[in-house]
Amino acid sequence: MNVVLITVIVLALLGGVASIILYFVAQKFKVFEDPKIGEVEAVLPGANCGGCGFPGCHGLAEALSKADDISGMGCPVGGAEVMSKVAAILGKEVAASAPKVAVVRCNGTCANRPRLLNYDGARSCAIQSAHFAGETGCSFGCLGCGDCVSACTFGALGMDPETGLPVVDGDKCVACGACVKACPKGIIELRNKGPKDRRIWVSCVNKDKGAVARKACSAACIGCGKCAKECAFGAITVENNVAYIDFTKCKMCRKCVAACPTHAIHELNFPPRKAEPAEAAPEARN
Amino acid sequence: MLKTFSIGGIHPAANKLSAGSAIQALPVPEVVKVPVAQHIGAPAQPVVAKGDSVKVGQLIAQSAGFVSANVHSPVSGVVDKIEDFVDGNGYRKMAIVIKVEGDEWLESIDRSADIKREITLEPADIVKKIGEMGLVGMGGATFPSHVKLSVPQGKVCDALIINGVECEPYLTSDHRLMLEKGEEILIGVSILMKALNVAKAYVGIENNKPDAIDHLTRLAASFSGITIQPLALRYPQGGEKQLIDACIGRQIPSGKLPIDVGAVVQNVGTAYAVYEAVQKNKPLIERVVCVTGKTLARPSNFLVRIGTPVEKVIEAAGGVPDDCGKVIGGGPMMGRAFTHLDVPVIKGTSGILLMSKAESQRAEPSNCIRCAKCVSVCPMGLEPFLLAKVSAKGLLDRAEAEHIMDCIECGSCSFTCPSNRPLLDYIRLGKGKVGAILRARAAAAKK
Repeated sequence: MNVVLITVIVLALLGGVASIILYFVAQKFKVFEDPKIGEVEAVLPGANCGGCGFPGCHGLAEALSKADDISGMGCPVGGAEVMSKVAAILGKEVAASAPKVAVVRCNGTCANRPRLLNYDGARSCAIQSAHFAGETGCSFGCLGCGDCVSACTFGALGMDPETGLPVVDGDKCVACGACVKACPKGIIELRNKGPKDRRIWVSCVNKDKGAVARKACSAACIGCGKCAKECAFGAITVENNVAYIDFTKCKMCRKCVAACPTHAIHELNFPPRKAEPAEAAPEARN
Repeated sequence: MLKTFSIGGIHPAANKLSAGSAIQALPVPEVVKVPVAQHIGAPAQPVVAKGDSVKVGQLIAQSAGFVSANVHSPVSGVVDKIEDFVDGNGYRKMAIVIKVEGDEWLESIDRSADIKREITLEPADIVKKIGEMGLVGMGGATFPSHVKLSVPQGKVCDALIINGVECEPYLTSDHRLMLEKGEEILIGVSILMKALNVAKAYVGIENNKPDAIDHLTRLAASFSGITIQPLALRYPQGGEKQLIDACIGRQIPSGKLPIDVGAVVQNVGTAYAVYEAVQKNKPLIERVVCVTGKTLARPSNFLVRIGTPVEKVIEAAGGVPDDCGKVIGGGPMMGRAFTHLDVPVIKGTSGILLMSKAESQRAEPSNCIRCAKCVSVCPMGLEPFLLAKVSAKGLLDRAEAEHIMDCIECGSCSFTCPSNRPLLDYIRLGKGKVGAILRARAAAAKK
């Protein structure tokens, strides 16, 4: 009995002394953290994807609380909704930004882009691109090892076994940009989601001269500039033999899509065209 | 017991098929494509324009910085175009295309067969001359030679090591060169010794080349300070750090260079090029290329002008065999497969290896069984399985802490792995990323 009593008393004393020491130490080395950081972090998605450019959600919350002007920062996952909540907590203005989505700019499917070589090294785009330009004649296109798919923490990307190209699930994609960073060829771009999820983009990044690009891939942009001439809004520029549609200027008329001789310009989520493409254009603008 | 390096190493089958075939000069092709970047460092700047006539040995691209090298015309003719071509790795690279007309050499080049032993130039002039003549490391790494010979202030070089190891399986170009141009090589070594102001030089040769060892040992008797060092057979003995360890028993600490232990390493091919540059005034415009492969009709050693298409070289050896799976530039261990054959021979093309489909295909990788074979064969004493893992996971600070930058990319780990894991692929990936971080850190520190 005595043994039990002594043990309890000793442990209680030890605990008491330790707690007093810990209390003073905690007072001495107290770090003040803005309580708002915690509040902001609570409304952030907590995915810690790093898409904002800060180390995780806490990093962004800290940066947001400290910054005077938060218009340059934002959570790509939560989008405008979360940012408006953040703005309310911090009492700061936030610029409304259009929601974005990842777009794969390569249409070098197995059918369009014949395979000339066989790569048997490690299944990684980064490693493959360090070895050589790729299995096909196009040195700019998708390598098909799926580095983007493994980089996506939201399950928004998958490889299409038929085409050998990655496919973006627009509903799941939060535009964190992890895939953009993972792609050694720089094929994936974050573009505006567009009204009703409608998007038009040039699905090629091949900078080779037209004939060379065409020889390597039947769906390549040959830099002919027909689309740029067709565009009434000056949204299309052709640089280094490849066209680019500026999504901030594009009015979704779809004229360029019809003009492209290699069908390198893609459209998504538009209603089916009427027989005459020229008539379909004004309708799509609504 | 023969000397060799102290840790790791493997014994791949030597397959020196072309060892018995003497060096033959390949006819000058009709068109040559001379890349301006044939070396490590900044690409050279073209100094000729379309339509210019050039002679053999004329400067066509000027070195662009200290770590860079001049490029000379390997043929006489007219500059057809200066444009980007698709290189062996599929990416575009700038080259000067010359249409061959005749074979007119610059008059300053001594084309006689006389061997000139007397070294008249002063050390500083030798280094300058080597730089002017566009010499690079001929073993395959193509590091500009004059840079290696310029010993940094405060460092002392007391031993010159000449690499006659040729540890890569299949390749025989250095072997043939030692047999046929032994005296020239040793004069080249003496020139390098004078340039570096060292009294001792060691020519390391693996003992699978007894004829070369005998031949050079006999010749070396009339040269002062040159020791022919027979070495036990082990890959990668031709690596700088391994060769220094094998020849003079000095180990280079992590992150240091050979000069930090007082050594400079040059290839026998480079020594020969040094002889030609300094004694004969001849720039680096041709090299010995070994064309080999088990199914190739005539494995041979050719003296090839720089810029000759690889296709032409293979044709001269009997053409591409039907079952060819890969054509590799360099040896089977560290070489790289060509994506197409309309690629020019460059200063670093030591060999062209044609491998059959069965031989060249990599086996399907399976799981790591923790056998630690990769650890035991790594000549740098690293843990390849761990480096591959942390590189694949993107744990770059861990990779750096595990000395990933010390990897010499010899491929012994991938070669020995019983699970066929592509270890070196992942290590290279990590090494590239860590290297970029280190460079960024150094740039930030400079600011």
